Amino acid sequence: MTADSPAAAAPRYDDEIVKKFLLATFIWGVVGMLVGAILALQLAWWPANLGLPWTTFGRLRPLHTNAVIFAFTANGLFTGIYYSMQRLLKTRMFNDTLSNIHFWGWQAIIVSAAITLPLGMSQTHEYAELIWPIDLAIAVVWVLFAVNFFGTIAVRKVKHLYVAIWFYMSMVITITVLHVVNNLAMPATLTRSYPVFSGMTDALVQWWYGHNAVGFLLTTPMLGLMYYFLPKAAERPVYSYRLSIIHFWALVFLYIWAGPHHLLYSGLPDWAQTLGMIFSVVLIAPSWGGMLNGLLTLRGAWDRLRSDAVLKFFVVGITFYGMSTFEGPMMSIRAVNALSHYTDWTIGHVHSGALGWVGMSLFAVGYYLVPRLWKRPLHNEGWATAHFWLATIGIVLYVVAMWVSGITQGLMWRAIDDVGQLQYPNFVDTVIKLVPFYWIRLGGGLMYLSGLVLMLVNIGLTIAGSRPDQAINPSPAPAK
Amino acid sequence: MSHPDNNSPQSPAPDSWHRRTLEHKSALFAVLTTVAISVGGLVEIVPLFTVSAGPQAIAEVTPYTPLEQAGRDIYSREGCVQCHSQMVRPFRAETLRYGEWSRAGEYTFDRPFLLGSRRIGPDLHRLGGKYPDVWHYEHMKDPRSTSPGSIMPAYPWLLEDRIDTADVQASMTALSTFGHYTQAEIDAAPAALAKQGEEIVGRLRQSKVENIEADHEIVALIAYLQRLGTDGKKAIKDQVAQTERAQGEAVAAGSAQ
Ligand code: HEM
Ligand code: HEM
Repeated sequence: MTADSPAAAAPRYDDEIVKKFLLATFIWGVVGMLVGAILALQLAWWPANLGLPWTTFGRLRPLHTNAVIFAFTANGLFTGIYYSMQRLLKTRMFNDTLSNIHFWGWQAIIVSAAITLPLGMSQTHEYAELIWPIDLAIAVVWVLFAVNFFGTIAVRKVKHLYVAIWFYMSMVITITVLHVVNNLAMPATLTRSYPVFSGMTDALVQWWYGHNAVGFLLTTPMLGLMYYFLPKAAERPVYSYRLSIIHFWALVFLYIWAGPHHLLYSGLPDWAQTLGMIFSVVLIAPSWGGMLNGLLTLRGAWDRLRSDAVLKFFVVGITFYGMSTFEGPMMSIRAVNALSHYTDWTIGHVHSGALGWVGMSLFAVGYYLVPRLWKRPLHNEGWATAHFWLATIGIVLYVVAMWVSGITQGLMWRAIDDVGQLQYPNFVDTVIKLVPFYWIRLGGGLMYLSGLVLMLVNIGLTIAGSRPDQAINPSPAPAK
Repeated sequence: MSHPDNNSPQSPAPDSWHRRTLEHKSALFAVLTTVAISVGGLVEIVPLFTVSAGPQAIAEVTPYTPLEQAGRDIYSREGCVQCHSQMVRPFRAETLRYGEWSRAGEYTFDRPFLLGSRRIGPDLHRLGGKYPDVWHYEHMKDPRSTSPGSIMPAYPWLLEDRIDTADVQASMTALSTFGHYTQAEIDAAPAALAKQGEEIVGRLRQSKVENIEADHEIVALIAYLQRLGTDGKKAIKDQVAQTERAQGEAVAAGSAQ
């Protein structure tokens, strides 16, 4: 167990890069979710658009999605990946310079996104809004990361690749392919371009990208983090090796097919819509395989849930993963999608995955890492528990409000009276009904956000309050 | 007890087939992963490039005029797609509310596509011709003046900012790579912009809106909004009429026999 003992860890692993990514994760998290809260307010109370071009909902919404996906989630993934892969492969990262170019390059990309999106510079492809020069920068930085990633694998001191690495690898490969193909475009000016594909083909390519950006940023690499950090935190081996093999290959193969569930009842050929629907429904199996492998890893450790914040966050995160991967396949069934599509139901689904699975899991990773990286106990354990409850209640408020408003609006749109006319011919009537739920969502979002702010303060005070005298053993040696 | 770091994270014997053949060979693992993630995309996307399996073209659907294209770029810039869809689904409640459901061939010149995934506001695919120009002018200036209770932001700057002819020509040049425009059309863009712009300004004047000129952004946006879904609507109407005529003739021929 020399690998993790403080003395041996210092020269061996690059933890400085992990610290940087970790701080970036939670700082950008606050920014991205603050923008989310502003959006929520704008929908409840339109004057919050402020009458300025740069602050209208249409321009800020992509800022929120890009910030939470590429700044919060991606930095969180890099944090976990850089920490765990060095330890799993028992080697330092392949090249420290590449690590640092990756870090600073990625943050520069985020800053340029935060400037260009409010200015209205957008390709309008959802989650691929950034203009072509930034897309090129993303491609370069991502490829350098890939070189560092595969280089580290090449110089590994452990013969086999642990399951977490498989999931990371699927992300590195798939995001490269998706990003390049979906952003093929002809520039008109420095800030504007037109895609190579048009109409329904463009739509299909975009949703092949969109769904799998969710799949290979918000899902598979998160599972990789789960496979490393959960057994570590629970001090239990992963429940089933065989299950991890089956659900990994099934997940990476099946995920790609599901894109057309975003285009049901569109002009897309029927066979493509049907393929998308069938593969989405089948996707529930490997998804739940992952969930079960996670939850069952905790067998015999459930009592520790009461005292251990890391495990608490993980359990709720994994449970929301199970929930949103049940809901998603249901929403892919044409008859259900007919009601849910275009409504707040989708937004509820998104955020049960995003706040529940992605957010809670990253908080777990954060609380696991901070004491180990800075080698001192967390400033205040009680605050971590408070964060947990703020976040959990916040998610429930957010998601339930969106379910109710989504189904309400969907039913109002389709309501037909006795003489065969629309019962609510005036669209605005179906909007006014939703405003109370938008306020509830704002409340839930603010709770979630305040929990995160508390976490950030807790991290800051942990780092500032140097108490090396009380340094904990970063990873208690397992009794062997 | 075993941990990920100890190389024996899992319960079964590490000497499995998967471990020996794949986990020890990272390059092969990466190649297989690449294959696994490629199949679905290839099967679904590639056929769309062939005519038979792809979206059916509609002859009546033609590229946007320079002014409409400028309006479309404003629509993209302001992020209207964040709240408005442009895809009417083939349900009775939708065709009652919006009009004909959307056909794939109607989007041939949509680069990028703007189908959208949200309806915070109503669908706009059949918006063209639904309201007079002045309605759009008032609505963009203050949405609540035309739609009480609306939560849409106001866009007063569209009434002040102006489009740049050279910029529109740059867009047309890029789109000409895909056959949307000829060089002659690009050269003639300044005249075309002015002509279509003046028509809209004239209609606004008739409705007592005096302060707008042909190169104001609002004019371009109105041109785009009034074009939405109109090519397709006409084509679908013609098609339906044609089928009905053919059916009528068949019935007449049948009864004559
Ligand atoms: C404080 C927390 C958050 C709040 C208040 C919030 C609020 C919002 C709001 C108001 C919207 C627009 C909804 C609409 O179109 O009606 C939105 C969209 C979205 N948010 Fe969040 N959000 C939060 C956190 C997150 C996080 C952590 C993620 C991802 C990791 C996320 C991902 C998204 C995505 C992907 C969309 C677009 C959904 C779609 O297009 O269907 N959000 N959010
Ligand atoms: C088996 C797993 C899943 C399936 C089959 C699935 C299916 C779906 C479906 C049918 C929609 C609605 C499409 C529409 O009507 O427009 C959707 C939207 C979405 N889902 Fe999932 N989902 C799954 C899991 C997840 C997870 C775990 C997350 C997040 C971590 C997630 C994030 C999203 C996002 C961001 C959208 C909004 C896309 C947009 O319209 O912008 N999904 N999903």
